[in-house]
Amino acid sequence: MAERTVSWGPRASNKLIGTETTRLDGVDKASGSAKYTADMNQEGTLYARLLTCKHASAKITRINVEPAKKIAGVHTVYLFKNEGDDCNWDGDIVAAVAAETADIAEDGVRAIEVTFEEHPHVVDEQDLDAARKAEATKEGIVDRTVGDPDKAIAEADVVHEGYYGIHTISHMCLEPHGAHCTWNNGDDGPKLTARHSTQAVSTTGAQFATKFGLDATDVRVICNFIGGGFGSKFAADEWGWAAAQMSKDTGRPVRLMLDRATELKTPGTRPSGFAKVTLAAKKNGLITAWKSHHWGTNGPQGGTIDGNQMPYVFDFENKRVEVTGIKTNCGPNRAWRAPNHPQLCAITDTAMTDLAAKLKMDPIDLYKANLGQLDKVAQENGDLYRAQLDRAAELMEWNKKFHAHGESGGGSVKRGLGVALHRWGGQSVKCEADVRLFEDGAAQVSIGSQDLGTGTRTVIAMVLAETCGLPIEKVTAKLGSSEYVYGNPSGGSITVGSVSGGTRRAALAAVWKLLDKVAAKYELDGKSLTVGNEAVWSGDKKVCSWKDACRLIGSVPISEVGASPLDDGLTSKLVGGVQMADVSVDTDTGIVRINKMVAVQDCGLVINEMTAKSQVYGGLIMGIAYALSEERIMDNKSGRYINADMENYRLPRIGDIGELVVEMYQPDSEYNRGVVGLGEPPVISTGAAIANAVANATGVRVPVLPMTPKRVLDALKGGQA
Amino acid sequence: MRPFEYVSPTTEAEAVDALNDHDGQTMVLAGGTDLISLLQRDAVQTQRVVDIKKIDTLKTIEQVDDGVLIGATVTLDEALESPLLAGHDSIAQVIDGHRAIQIQSSGTLVGDLCQMPQCWYFRNGFGVLGRKDGESLAELGDNRYHAVFGNAGPAKFVCASRFAPSMVAWGAKVRVIGPGPEDEQFVPLEYFFVTPRLESQGVNVLKPGQLVTHIWLPKAADTKSAAYEVLESKGLDRPQAAAAVCLQTDGDFVRDARIVMGHVAPTPWIAHEAARALVGQRLDEDMAGRIGDLAVSKATPLTMNEYKVAMARAAVKRSLLRAVGKLDDALV
Repeated sequence: MAERTVSWGPRASNKLIGTETTRLDGVDKASGSAKYTADMNQEGTLYARLLTCKHASAKITRINVEPAKKIAGVHTVYLFKNEGDDCNWDGDIVAAVAAETADIAEDGVRAIEVTFEEHPHVVDEQDLDAARKAEATKEGIVDRTVGDPDKAIAEADVVHEGYYGIHTISHMCLEPHGAHCTWNNGDDGPKLTARHSTQAVSTTGAQFATKFGLDATDVRVICNFIGGGFGSKFAADEWGWAAAQMSKDTGRPVRLMLDRATELKTPGTRPSGFAKVTLAAKKNGLITAWKSHHWGTNGPQGGTIDGNQMPYVFDFENKRVEVTGIKTNCGPNRAWRAPNHPQLCAITDTAMTDLAAKLKMDPIDLYKANLGQLDKVAQENGDLYRAQLDRAAELMEWNKKFHAHGESGGGSVKRGLGVALHRWGGQSVKCEADVRLFEDGAAQVSIGSQDLGTGTRTVIAMVLAETCGLPIEKVTAKLGSSEYVYGNPSGGSITVGSVSGGTRRAALAAVWKLLDKVAAKYELDGKSLTVGNEAVWSGDKKVCSWKDACRLIGSVPISEVGASPLDDGLTSKLVGGVQMADVSVDTDTGIVRINKMVAVQDCGLVINEMTAKSQVYGGLIMGIAYALSEERIMDNKSGRYINADMENYRLPRIGDIGELVVEMYQPDSEYNRGVVGLGEPPVISTGAAIANAVANATGVRVPVLPMTPKRVLDALKGGQA
Repeated sequence: MRPFEYVSPTTEAEAVDALNDHDGQTMVLAGGTDLISLLQRDAVQTQRVVDIKKIDTLKTIEQVDDGVLIGATVTLDEALESPLLAGHDSIAQVIDGHRAIQIQSSGTLVGDLCQMPQCWYFRNGFGVLGRKDGESLAELGDNRYHAVFGNAGPAKFVCASRFAPSMVAWGAKVRVIGPGPEDEQFVPLEYFFVTPRLESQGVNVLKPGQLVTHIWLPKAADTKSAAYEVLESKGLDRPQAAAAVCLQTDGDFVRDARIVMGHVAPTPWIAHEAARALVGQRLDEDMAGRIGDLAVSKATPLTMNEYKVAMARAAVKRSLLRAVGKLDDALV
């Protein structure tokens, strides 16, 4: 630290950074003492329940809330929609009722008189011809040609044509969306306190303020714990406004959490993507052309996946990409962990594995043959894939276990391997960290950020403790209130870089100030001093203890605010990763079992290896879900979201996930490039890797994810999936 | 949840009384593992819930002269631990297959038999026939989980009971009491389930004021039994197809057979022809496959559920092999 430049310390000198450190709030969460928005029960809290539309497309011809208001215990009704308004999907919210108890609120919802005029609907997102017939498509969202793909295809040694797809999935936060709002009509304190299940503590306050004509400073947002967001909880949302309005109207706190069915139907989906793909290659595996036509839906808007990023990770000299969107009477989309990427990967990497099968190549060799054709973003991160493919193959025992496409021997259960790869950004953004050192030796960092469960609280504590030379128990990390300095909304895997960069900068500046005070007292050169082991050091000589040093601070604490992002080497951007799957397919029942998954993932400097790995485990599990069982099922006949409950919205159980092997790829070159975000990338290539393993096992491509037993059996029978 | 009256009788007579002495719908509560969620989502409405958990005569598993009597509040776990059911392998296998401590410790065998369909149209308020505006949603809509047998009429749902196939294979009966104070009958389980033509007919023979108090099972003796449920998940799940068998064997040869499929029809589906074809045959992998083929040869899949025929075939084949100890452990 002698130079006083902002940087991370030498890797070997770290006491905390890079270690596996358990979450500071782990016991609170595991024991149930952590309070989530859904747990908030202030004295006098009213409970809200929702009336939703049960038609895919309908106009409200009449609505009368008076009978609800007459029920004893019902305090107020909030209308999301009025007579004459359209409802555009099953689950579109019409009204909220706030009452003394949840049951009374439900009585209130049932008492609302509402009539709908039903209209024809389109909910089929897979059948492009039917959507065109219904005039529900938006053609040519992307229509792009580079080079001469048709010529390249005509001249190719091998051409592969395939059909691939991935269904819509819904956000399924364990803690549904919602808020507990308290309107304050007194003189002191903020007018509105929103205990809000949010990924954006510092920015949703303004959305409440604007709605109610308040100053942004009149709104306080609190979220100490959140039970899942995954991209769907950035907005105040109308149900948040409804809770605030109902609190304002009644003078009582109001808690409005979405019920499970509405949680699945309304606050966001990951759009579907289907595609016809043509790939052309030379005998040595070098891909010379890509053609794809994509379609799918993101709900009423009529968009689908981002065709501009196709093909994924790779870019080929000759390509043609077309995209058709389908406008459906289905719930709208919201960012879902790595928006677009899982779908892009599930189309690109499956087609590449099928091409490899046609070339009679190992798919790893096909990837390697094309590493010279990475797209611009992947190129910028350098060629990490070769090393990651080799390491993943070692962990999977790929060379020992791999067999050619479909050649897994007799018996009804077939085993196979698959591989896929991905990339992500993860660059830090504007964020501040407020670090304070106190005369009693206490050290604190606070940020108006949030811990999504990813370990943000623990990470900033580790950075502060490391920088101060203290054990982690002796520092305090505060998140989850808009009254702290500005923290970025947590989306895009940008948080860990943003908060750790800011914390490190502020902590270094604070420690330097402290060392100057020590230097003055002991008549030493401040720049020659360092901290460590709860003490201040001059070379290997202890000058004083941390506590003694802090006594020099006096009653005015040292306080420093660190900013992000800065181009000082603390943080960086871009990650890559490789995943492999080993599956067994029961060809009599269509059931796919995961034997083992391997993930090799880089993310620059790893602050907490435990929480970093947890991110990857979580990504793999979510990936197994959408690969095998998780999907929104829209019933074409009724237009209803027919599986919007926890029985039929199928998520894997602990027995379904097999053995998960996670390795953070972190040679010194990774440490040296600083911190990069990790939340999203590990969910991207899981689906494609599993799909490829199923194809390798059976010799048949199950084209559409999730690969339910039905789709597997239908594919094996040669029918439509 | 809508408000309802709650009654907690302590004798069978009081239970029948409680079921009868008022107008409107009554529901029986035993384990509550399904009724509560049906009430919460408003798929059924009831004016009164009769909780039978305090009736002592329903709590036991007893040996009777010719078999075993299982009370209506006996849980899955209690049945699994009972030495009186130690020889009924197929029933133990289905209990194990639940893979859910909550269901196994509070759910009851009788409750399972009386369960309402899992059909998503029913659960979303369209009734057991799944109809809207005079049309069958189950016929014209998403019927991937619906019936592949017995589906020619308006009922397309599948019987939700997981124990029905094995118990029908065993020749079980249910003791039904009510509506009169002295009314008591033993109904063969295979005639208990109903394929309704009208919504009001319900899914079993129980009439208002009636209640199943016990299941009667014959002694296991030397019968070989097994069940095989096709479960997508290794956790809590419900089968997409299932089969159960009871066999009398002579060495490798089958003297008598009962084969019953589950989750393929509005009632448990007995494969009479396939069972007859097995009699006198040596039961090996090849024969089990042929019997499986025969069992599903007359299936009538709907628009989206042909895959269930393959599953049912696998379930029949595997339950037969399991009964004679020839099923690969990896497939269990």
